[in-house]
Amino acid sequence: MDENEIIERRACVSGVGQSEIGRRLYRDPLELTLDACLAAIEHAGLTVADIDGISTYPGAQGEPRGFSGAGAYDVMDALRIECGWYNSGLETSGQLGSVINACLAVASGLATHVLCFRSVWEGSAQGEKGRSAVMPGGGGGGGFKASGFMQWNLTFSAPSAAIWIAMFAQKHFDKYGITREQLAWIALNARRNAEVNPNAIYREPMTVDDYMNVRMICTPFCLYDCDVPCDGATAVIVSRRDRAVDLRNRPLRVEAVGSRIDGRPSWDQFDDLTKMANRGAGKQLWERTDLKPSDVQMAQLYDGFSWLTMSWLEALGLCGEGESGAFIDGGANIARDGKLPLNTHGGQLSSGRLHGYGFLHEGATQMWGQAGERQVATPPEIGVIGAGGGNTCGCLLLVRE
Amino acid sequence: MPDIEVPFRILPRLNDRNRAFWTGGAEGELRFWRCQDCGFYIHPPQPLCPIDYSKNLAVEAVSGRATLTTYTVNYQNWMPGPEPPYIVAIVEIVEQPSLRLTTNLVNCVPDDARIGMPVRVVFEHHPDPEGDIYLPLFEPEN
Repeated sequence: MDENEIIERRACVSGVGQSEIGRRLYRDPLELTLDACLAAIEHAGLTVADIDGISTYPGAQGEPRGFSGAGAYDVMDALRIECGWYNSGLETSGQLGSVINACLAVASGLATHVLCFRSVWEGSAQGEKGRSAVMPGGGGGGGFKASGFMQWNLTFSAPSAAIWIAMFAQKHFDKYGITREQLAWIALNARRNAEVNPNAIYREPMTVDDYMNVRMICTPFCLYDCDVPCDGATAVIVSRRDRAVDLRNRPLRVEAVGSRIDGRPSWDQFDDLTKMANRGAGKQLWERTDLKPSDVQMAQLYDGFSWLTMSWLEALGLCGEGESGAFIDGGANIARDGKLPLNTHGGQLSSGRLHGYGFLHEGATQMWGQAGERQVATPPEIGVIGAGGGNTCGCLLLVRE
Repeated sequence: MPDIEVPFRILPRLNDRNRAFWTGGAEGELRFWRCQDCGFYIHPPQPLCPIDYSKNLAVEAVSGRATLTTYTVNYQNWMPGPEPPYIVAIVEIVEQPSLRLTTNLVNCVPDDARIGMPVRVVFEHHPDPEGDIYLPLFEPEN
């Protein structure tokens, strides 16, 4: 092997699929997962028998309820898949860490077609009680005590990532003079795109006034800066590129990945609280390709909370450091007909918290020209996908062959 | 020390490593583990110093003075706790730039919070059969 080879280029995305998606479906999460998996396999032009690898984030786990709809073994067994390689786990480079691992598996020859998936049922798990139903410690009853990393924030009544991320946003805004009026454009852009996405959850038009007047969650975040819990599953097929040339879709070459973490792996101990682990991941991605940020024709960037998208824009060099507020202001740059179409399905803010994989699904769909009414005019040849926040971030640069 | 209302809190599970941090307030002290070889304060606690990997560690008190690194004014009722709005903050202890913790900024109206402002520790006492807990909160120094 050439030690300088960028080995992820042996891999490509060959198909994508999704289950039914809804605010609360009250359906068996494994069934949703399998629906997405079978859809992706069929979309790639493969059969279940062709699949010889599985990779998923975070894997089977009971708590918090709704966070994982199925593990690798669940899907492996339900579809009777025999694997040359499989993988799941939470401690990786964000949700896309599972996809990056799959790229390395096919590049190494351990598998040829890896079924990657992410499945959530947070909408149903929260039911009518809202977020408090799934808070750590069951909302504070029963003598629960905090251990591990949760003791350092739960104890101070900071149980939600909304609070942890809001503190990054506040620091970033303070340093660069960014305003909520600018931040609003992440949510407003998402909603404009969701209006033409039949699978999105919130599709009614949103105005600047709607955004500025809705209740605050934790400054600088209002309700519309927080993604919407939902039920649904997304699956993606990662294939060996030399085995994908005759499949149904043009291979989307994995030009480069970013998986680096270059600070303390922590939410509150990171050295620069205006940045996150995507700093390292974004830098590593561009070190692995001759392409430049200015070559990117479309970005699908995680918006679990709206500021994370701004953080990704800067981490990937799609705008200058501290310039994301000006870049998104007014929405023209990031619209479907702008210079950098962004979160063209509505993001997690408007189309549901499918947790990272929704961005990869949308990016691939746009690059194949299959996005229907929300399709950007010229299907992008080069797109970047980034997912995660805090200490868990990963990104992919895709090029349509 | 001004009186502060004591809200419900989920308390930490004490162990030999975190006890000094969570109980030092009984003597009015904010305590951290410190490497006795290189002087580095360590937080959260861990079995060895991350700088020189020495296991020669001891608990030491710091001044309790800090800087407000960042904060958020929380309006959401996530769970039982302080009445919103309350301020969640990250503060940096003056003794060492990287010595940092998440906490609450108290005795401060939200509009008065400023990144970079000097703050000092104030302890919130929670009696508990497994050992009383003293949460280190921070208030404006001025």
